[in-house]
Amino acid sequence: MKGLSFNFKGYLLRHLQVMLFSLGRLWQQPLSSLMTATVIGIALALPAGLYVLLQNVNTVSDQWDDASKITVFLEQGIQTNHGEKLANDIKTWPEISDTIYQSSDQTLEEFRHLSGLNDLLDALPKNPLPAVVIVTPDENNVTSESVSGLLEKLQALASVDQVQLDMEWLQRLRSINKLLERGIGLLAALLSLSVLLVIGNTIRLAILSRQSEIRVMKLVGATDRFIRRPFLYTGFWYGILGGLFAWITLIIMMSLISDPINDLTSRYSSAFTLQWFTGFLLLVLPSIGTLLGIGGAWLAVGRHLDNIEPD
Amino acid sequence: MIQFTDVYKRYQDRHEALSGLSFHLNKGEMAFLTGHSGAGKSTLLKLIALIERSTHGQVLVNQQNLTRISKRKIPYYRRQIGLVFQDHNLLHDRTVFDNVALPLIIEGENHREVGRRVRASLDKVGLLSKERSLPIALSGGEQQRVGIARAVVSRPPILLADEPTGNLDPDLSRDIMNLFEQFNQVGVTVFIATHDLELISTLPYRQIALHQGRLAQQAAQ
Repeated sequence: MKGLSFNFKGYLLRHLQVMLFSLGRLWQQPLSSLMTATVIGIALALPAGLYVLLQNVNTVSDQWDDASKITVFLEQGIQTNHGEKLANDIKTWPEISDTIYQSSDQTLEEFRHLSGLNDLLDALPKNPLPAVVIVTPDENNVTSESVSGLLEKLQALASVDQVQLDMEWLQRLRSINKLLERGIGLLAALLSLSVLLVIGNTIRLAILSRQSEIRVMKLVGATDRFIRRPFLYTGFWYGILGGLFAWITLIIMMSLISDPINDLTSRYSSAFTLQWFTGFLLLVLPSIGTLLGIGGAWLAVGRHLDNIEPD
Repeated sequence: MIQFTDVYKRYQDRHEALSGLSFHLNKGEMAFLTGHSGAGKSTLLKLIALIERSTHGQVLVNQQNLTRISKRKIPYYRRQIGLVFQDHNLLHDRTVFDNVALPLIIEGENHREVGRRVRASLDKVGLLSKERSLPIALSGGEQQRVGIARAVVSRPPILLADEPTGNLDPDLSRDIMNLFEQFNQVGVTVFIATHDLELISTLPYRQIALHQGRLAQQAAQ
């Protein structure tokens, strides 16, 4: 057991050595290493930035505001006290924050005021407009998903003729968001593929420039695994550095657009602030970079290392 | 230690480098492989180091049948053989110490043991003071001695050398041969391909001469 743990320690130590050795090699050519890492960084920052913007749009569209009031049209000929009682009943529901009863006369008055069709309305034999209850859902208890259940519940009430929610703009926005999400996903996939190829090609060049060294190592008894290891760690470093670059790029981009965005949103809803997801992205971007880095290196190593044999 | 039985090597261009070659090298023996360039010397060494495989016939090295060694096992097989080349094959971006340490690093030897054995090996070839130099800063003879130090650092039972004195003047060549003799004296089987007949004529070791891929003579002196 003691021997095993000792060997394991030696194994880890060797890996650490190769890891630092690979980093040292990147350091020997700072400019080209930096350029490769930057390319990777930009390729990862682009979809990540779009993702952040989309998440923010989703946050906005998930918020309830005045536009999502529900208008409940009552049946013709409902008495005012009956309508007011109904409005008070609805107000006691947990998902409702407020209700306003508006008699048919008040509705007509409002319509007259808004439309300016005084003469025409006077010519009507009787008021064609129904009484309404304007319902404001409680935004803490109702989400855009659960609102349809609420609508059905209102519709099922006695003496309710029709329930209407001006949700169409919200649903359109949500459809657009879904489309954008899919688009960003595809873009991310394509850019990830390009990162994979960039790293693969960089490692391929590194292998080619070290052909004679690889031959010597094979001659003195190096296993493929031993020869492969520094190249995989090179891919690892490119990936993790690229991921960190992507994160920094993103923070810079966000800080550049956050002022105009906050200015824009303050005109609609004062509650909104731009979400940055900095911690989440600091975890995710270097992780994805690392995976792509090792993956790209693995592709290159698998294809090219076997062809280099001592002659 | 090294036994060839009716060995043929035909390259893809149908050129026959070795034709029906048979010979035997004893454990602890030192021998020279001679012949004109193109006689098959390099091919023969490559077969022993498993850089090439024979087309026909059997090669036994240290009781292992080389045709039975799979590609994956080749690295472990090669660790039993120290190789010395005419052009040294050193890594030019690493110090003398790191070059010599390479076989031990590959075997996963621990840090302290690596340092101890690399220095012992460099001491043996007289280059202990140059351990921090880069190979480029050394003379041809010194580079060749670094190559030898690397070949023996993991104490392989067999030492193969392909024209180790090819680029050296007679005095340096004699020094190098002297080194090989010292390793032979501690039990290493040494097999050296060379065309420097003048140099080896003064040395009391067997010569295996190749002519067009066959044994030209087999004379023990």
